[in-house]
Amino acid sequence: MIIEKAGDTDTGAIRAFLAANFFLDDADDLEAGASLLEHGIMDSTGVLEVVGFIEHTFGITVEDSEILPSNLDSIQAIAQFVTRKKNGQSTSER
Amino acid sequence: MNIPPAPGMLAFSAATLTIDNAAETERIVAELRAQLRGMRKRGLVLGLSGGIDSSVSVALAVRAVGAKNVFCLFMPENDSDPESLRLGRLVADTFGIEAAVEDIGPTLQAMGCYERRDGFIRELVPAYGPGWASKIVIANSLSGDGYNISYLVVQDPEGRQTKLRMPPAVYLGIVAATNMKQRTRKQIEYYHADRLNFAVLGTPNRLEYDQGFFVKNGDGAADVKPIAHLYKSQVYALAAHLGIPEEICRRPPTTDTYTLEQTQEEFYFSLPYDRMDLCLYGLNHGLSAEEVGTATQLTAVEVERVWADIAAKRKATRYLHLGPQLVRPVDEIAH
Repeated sequence: MIIEKAGDTDTGAIRAFLAANFFLDDADDLEAGASLLEHGIMDSTGVLEVVGFIEHTFGITVEDSEILPSNLDSIQAIAQFVTRKKNGQSTSER
Repeated sequence: MNIPPAPGMLAFSAATLTIDNAAETERIVAELRAQLRGMRKRGLVLGLSGGIDSSVSVALAVRAVGAKNVFCLFMPENDSDPESLRLGRLVADTFGIEAAVEDIGPTLQAMGCYERRDGFIRELVPAYGPGWASKIVIANSLSGDGYNISYLVVQDPEGRQTKLRMPPAVYLGIVAATNMKQRTRKQIEYYHADRLNFAVLGTPNRLEYDQGFFVKNGDGAADVKPIAHLYKSQVYALAAHLGIPEEICRRPPTTDTYTLEQTQEEFYFSLPYDRMDLCLYGLNHGLSAEEVGTATQLTAVEVERVWADIAAKRKATRYLHLGPQLVRPVDEIAH
């Protein structure tokens, strides 16, 4: 069972984006905390696509200093990052 | 083949990569001749950039098949450093080979290479135009555990530089337009190869080949790649053995692809070639990060970061090495 710790709406949208953009046949089975890098899903171009998706979908601006695996390397990390950004919290810590 | 150090005597260092230059030359020459026999080709065509890799490749080609069976091409375009052509001619003259200049600038212009590239840049910098220059740089993997994001650097006519993050469409568009340069050069090389019944020689060294530092169906396309197994510092050692002009051996590696001057470290590799060589060798041979760190003046943590970067680039560029993938094998055709 996948435990979705961040907002379910955000997590669902992120999962749907990954499934559609990276042609994932098993997106529903991808653990929310699974590393997108280690699963071979994400590369440097993919990161830019995810950043574009976040900015467009959630109406937030991602700073260069925030493009870090700790913010973007899993569905859960992305969802939590989006939540922190929406709440105006710090997001550039490593 | 590396000359093995005496057991327990030598710590890992640049000397570990020392090769027997004469024996390596003979091995490559013999292999090239056998490969040409197998392909029933009569000689070798290659592009000569005035860099160390193509210069060493020319010298090896001449040893393999004789100067009269090597045909070199200088293929400048609108953004090329004129120094590349001068140094290329120097190599061709040194080894007495026939060479031709094929200016690919008008071809690229006609295909819209420059206009397409500048159009993508203008999506970020609307004022970009005549008098401006640009290049793409990569975040240095030594600086942390971030992603290898590429940035656009533009320079305005007054010389002020600005570094910008690119949306994926802009990044991919600039790279796609720029890749026309390498693919056009390959088009010309194969024209001459077909005309002469020669094979095309590709010039990547091991770092470039391993890390996917080439354009698929561009400089990555070739019939033979005789130095792809050699670390860059080994290529430099062979250069001295083969009599490559000193001026070329001293020239820092450059991409000579963008309008702003760009080193290979800015564009792709996280360290200068000699230290990248040691990190790659250490990774390939299972050495400890501490051992490699001592040889490269890096901390073990930094070596681990370079190794992670190497692994990431291998993964990201694996498709560059692949031929077209079939749904089912066609067993009658061997690969």
